Amino acid sequence: MNRAHWLLSIWVLVVFALHQDVWNWQQSGPLWFGMLPPGLTYHLGYSVLAAITMALLVKFAWPAELEAEDDTAKTTDS
Amino acid sequence: MIPAIVVFIYLAVVLYVGLFAFRKSTGSKEDFFLASRSLGPWVFLLTVFGTNMTAFAILGSSGLAYQRGIGVYGLMASSSGLIIPLTIFLIGTRLWALGKKHGYMTQVQYFRDRWECDGIGTLIFAVTALMMIPYVVIGMMGGGHTLESLSEGFVPYWLGGAIVAIVVMLYVFFGGMRGVAWVNALQTVLFLLFGAIAFYLISRNLGGYDKIIAEIAADPKQEALLNRSRISPQEFFSYSFIPLSAMMFPHMAIMCLTAEKVTSFKRTVVWYPICILLIWLPSVFLGIVAAHQFPGLKLGESDDVILRLLSDNTDVIVAGVLGAAIMACVMATDSQIMALSTMFSQDVFAHYGGAKKYGETVQVWMGRAFVIVIAIVSYILALALEGQKSIFDLAIRFGFSGFAALAPVMLAALFWRRSNKWGALAAVLWVVLCMAALWWLQVYSNDLAPKPGQAPVAIFAALGDLFLRTPMNVTIYGYMPVMFMCLGSAFWMVLVSLLTPAPTSATLDKFFPAKPKLQTS
Repeated sequence: MNRAHWLLSIWVLVVFALHQDVWNWQQSGPLWFGMLPPGLTYHLGYSVLAAITMALLVKFAWPAELEAEDDTAKTTDS
Repeated sequence: MIPAIVVFIYLAVVLYVGLFAFRKSTGSKEDFFLASRSLGPWVFLLTVFGTNMTAFAILGSSGLAYQRGIGVYGLMASSSGLIIPLTIFLIGTRLWALGKKHGYMTQVQYFRDRWECDGIGTLIFAVTALMMIPYVVIGMMGGGHTLESLSEGFVPYWLGGAIVAIVVMLYVFFGGMRGVAWVNALQTVLFLLFGAIAFYLISRNLGGYDKIIAEIAADPKQEALLNRSRISPQEFFSYSFIPLSAMMFPHMAIMCLTAEKVTSFKRTVVWYPICILLIWLPSVFLGIVAAHQFPGLKLGESDDVILRLLSDNTDVIVAGVLGAAIMACVMATDSQIMALSTMFSQDVFAHYGGAKKYGETVQVWMGRAFVIVIAIVSYILALALEGQKSIFDLAIRFGFSGFAALAPVMLAALFWRRSNKWGALAAVLWVVLCMAALWWLQVYSNDLAPKPGQAPVAIFAALGDLFLRTPMNVTIYGYMPVMFMCLGSAFWMVLVSLLTPAPTSATLDKFFPAKPKLQTS
């Protein structure tokens, strides 16, 4: 694994840990946008963070060797 | 009755899509079971997502939120939004490459080669097929309840379930994987589109969500729905293991083999968390709103609250269209039926000589025949189990937990050279034993189960908090058993693999070849 892969692995673990928002456990307010309790708003944001994490993985840790294998197989077939 | 008629029109459209897919088929086994490995990025995203958006996701999540509050979103949805796309990124892409290279159509075919053993493949086939059946049954139950609710009882549960079973059976029978993929893509778009409209219309009719949430916050009996006090931190943490099930779900693995290129996965990986957000957040939120509108429903009764909200707060045509959208998710059971059919025809019929003896055409027809058998068996089970278990509960205990606990087997196969068949066998047997023990504990403790909101009860007083019974589940020191099942499965996989001989060098060379050097210019 190169340095970027290590950093991304640590980032994924941090995001996983952020799922356990114990500080929101008993909080029913204040309401966000007048209707979203804090615990729900946090996890809404968490879902967006997960999407950003996935975008980072695709950008910097994409298994390019699988594309290379596919291209090799196609060349061999033809 | 008008909403039910709209749903029937929708079912006819779905059937037509399946039959249209049949006209596009080439008749080969790769075409019927894998749509000729030809799905592009958008259809792949919508199909993979649609496959996981089942009755459990829509009806189960809103029903559970009704009972336990907003924490249900964090409990399953947001953790799934991280772990499932991570699974697709790490596992799905590699399975796709192996399928393309070696012609695999199921994960069992891969396991048989990887572990150099037929028996382990057959065992995993039997265990995963058995665990898939409840998942299909849930779809049938959801279909029956949805049609019954939308028709205000005119279409009874048994008839609604039968209609769903027949429609799904027909378009899977004719359209194969291409039919399933197209219908799933259509269903996902429909649900996202009309779900948003439903959310707005219900709010408008009720005078705004802010007013309802303010009333809930002011009511001491309901205020707990806006926080996580009805979910313990231990349960919340251990639930994070459940999305690992995506690694071993046969329908997910087979779906990953249908992509045209490995780059088709990119869009799915990035957009999956957002799709989960768009479907689960409104479902959970509407469960809370329903608790305010229809208080006092018991476990199991709350599974159709989203349909009650639709019936009471939208006009009949809109309710019908939105009911059809819910039906779309309920019918995601088609992927499971297709996966079971593929597994049977590949892992049993073809593997044990049927394909060689009777040829490819017979193999495809055997797959079709199995579609009928699965639909009928699942429908009978859905009738027998009606009203006995909450949809969500049934899915979690006997499907998701078991598949999640098998995840270490897949991880070891793909990423750990030293892992072998004995380690895999030990891990699978551990999972089977745990599930049998849990079943016994669940039945044994049914009479002790506390009511929602009450504290868990010790099942064996002498063992203290080791085995606790909550309203729905058995827990171990307050944690969901799935956590211990996963950790135990990984432990046995590692320990037994290290104590027994490594795989042969031929197998290691086949599955762990030296990486090709990428050209850099």
